[in-house]
Amino acid sequence: MPILQPRDEDAVRKEFQRIAGPVKLVVFSQELVAQDLCRQNEQLIKEVAALSDRISVEVLNPAVDRDRAAAYGIDQVPATVVEGARDYGVRFLGIPAGYEFSNLIDSIIAVSSGEAALTDDTKASLATLAGDVQIKVFSTPT
Amino acid sequence: MRLAQHMAIASDRVTATAIEATEFPDLSRAYRVSAVPKIVINDRVEFEGALPEPQFLEAVLRAVGDPAREN
Repeated sequence: MPILQPRDEDAVRKEFQRIAGPVKLVVFSQELVAQDLCRQNEQLIKEVAALSDRISVEVLNPAVDRDRAAAYGIDQVPATVVEGARDYGVRFLGIPAGYEFSNLIDSIIAVSSGEAALTDDTKASLATLAGDVQIKVFSTPT
Repeated sequence: MRLAQHMAIASDRVTATAIEATEFPDLSRAYRVSAVPKIVINDRVEFEGALPEPQFLEAVLRAVGDPAREN
């Protein structure tokens, strides 16, 4: 049974008209660890990717594809990396449903162009960062 | 998550990870998540709720130890 309703698909398809370049969704699944969550996450990501011919999906198993997982800094599943022309550092841990779903769609569009929707002041400050920054955002589906 | 992911796109130094709190109870406990959204930057600066862009940026700068922004 599909996760996305036809109405959701129509809305996302419309948003995806703004996609400016290729996007790759790299999904990390490991059914031995979290079978149901990994399957649902894979299904959702594939349903989203099917709404634009510019989105591709690659499914990896962190226990098998260890080097890739390490390179992406992924050590838990399910996880999804949203990659554009390069890896910008956008990740989703868990199923990006509910509240995070709109952020998933927004991040796909943003990485497709590599253009951040931030003020020039913010971009200028970020350009001078003295160290690495890891931002974790905890949320719930509703 | 929106601001965080756009900051990640703007800077190679920034990564943004959205974490589904109910699916990762151990992580949520470790970071004492009691209200969402909860934002944790470099395991050093944290806050709950959405912040406007300038204040979010301040938190990021504080987390990398910009001395002008300590305290």
